Amino acid sequence: MRDPGHSQDAALRPPPLVHPLWLRVTHWVNAIAMLVMIASGWQIYNASPLFPFSFPPSITLGGWLAGALDWHFAAMWLLVINGLAYITLGIATGRFRRKLLPIYPSGVLADTLAALRGQLTHDDLSVYNSVQKLLYVGVILAGTIMVLSGLAIWKPVQLQELTTLFGGYDLARYVHFLAMSVIVGFLVVHVALAVIVPRSLRAMLRGH
Amino acid sequence: MSRPRKPVPGVDTRYFLNEAARLLPDPARRRFLRGAASLGAVTLLTGCDITDSQTAQTALRAMSRFNDGVQALIFNPNKLAPEFPESALTRPFPFNAYYDVDEAPEVDARGYALEVGGLVENKKSWTLEELYALPQVTQITRHICIEGWSAIGKWSGARLGDFLARVGADRRAKYIYVTCAEGYSTTIDMPTALHPQTQMTFRFADEILPRKYGFPMKIRMPTKLGFKNPKHVVSLVVTNEDRGGYWEDKGYNWFSGL
Repeated sequence: MRDPGHSQDAALRPPPLVHPLWLRVTHWVNAIAMLVMIASGWQIYNASPLFPFSFPPSITLGGWLAGALDWHFAAMWLLVINGLAYITLGIATGRFRRKLLPIYPSGVLADTLAALRGQLTHDDLSVYNSVQKLLYVGVILAGTIMVLSGLAIWKPVQLQELTTLFGGYDLARYVHFLAMSVIVGFLVVHVALAVIVPRSLRAMLRGH
Repeated sequence: MSRPRKPVPGVDTRYFLNEAARLLPDPARRRFLRGAASLGAVTLLTGCDITDSQTAQTALRAMSRFNDGVQALIFNPNKLAPEFPESALTRPFPFNAYYDVDEAPEVDARGYALEVGGLVENKKSWTLEELYALPQVTQITRHICIEGWSAIGKWSGARLGDFLARVGADRRAKYIYVTCAEGYSTTIDMPTALHPQTQMTFRFADEILPRKYGFPMKIRMPTKLGFKNPKHVVSLVVTNEDRGGYWEDKGYNWFSGL
């Protein structure tokens, strides 16, 4: 038994918030910081490539090594402070637990198969399927490893215990590169899906 | 950095955008378009304009100075750089400089004298023979280049901290300004100069320091990036004035600690 007047009220009320303000702010600040870190990082990589390829200068930031290092070591503060705020709020508000956990292998398998068949939908923006949960938890972990391996490369004497944890200075560079690759891979899928489901992009901008 | 918009064959861009906007609810549509317009404006700004502008350069320089302060703060004068066994030595040890290997400065051992100046009691200059007579220590440490690569080498020489005490340097001064035979220079913070592993190096891999690695003397600091380890050193000045350095003046971070 519904009161028609009541349901009209509900229609006038703004739709439920999918993303609180703190999440949207940290998301976009992170997007900017990450892009600066990645583009300047590619320029730094080019000074002494780990693999037999370099990044085209047109997609790098900083112009030359010193410029790129300046950008990298300026944006790192933005990335880390914003990242800590995001993780702290994500844990404190219970959002991580509600949205990203639990993840079951069977669920991931079923949702991956559904996605490959083109049957995985994202009708309710406030609920993540298992593949999304896995990707979001995965990229948070990759970001954490990225920052820690970066610190290990930046301060291999003062933070030598951390550097040792990554298998030494030279290996830490490979870990740092690998974490970047995971994040860029995530970014490609993430942006493609946001374009395919524009409602999700809108929700990340205005909250619902 | 404005790009002429390339028409997509078969797509009327204006029609396409209007249709996209029509699919959104009305108030949302206006907000979306307004948002897209401001986002576009910001994107235009962030192109070459922001990265090349004087404002951005000033902000980046300020951040680099801020990072100097942070690095000085986390520098632990008692924390030693890891040392390695002989088996870990990188062979051959890479040569790297802003000149080619055959252009490396040639310093005449007989005419050589290390000048010592600034805030020191004893300003006498030091011949190579006198320097070789100082108590010598050896380290096998990792040399890390600002470019990212690293190599493990074996360096022997006298502790710079001991030498500074011997010449009566004012160790409360802020810096040591180092100059080199061919004009290279760098400024080192005093805590790093006094670090137990900071070394006036005369030997590399048990041989007299070869020309390409900085004959007759380099300052080896395993707590700093390679470019802060000057080769062919001819003078040390104890000072409270930051006199910069070859790469520092070109934009490399001043402290560049490890």
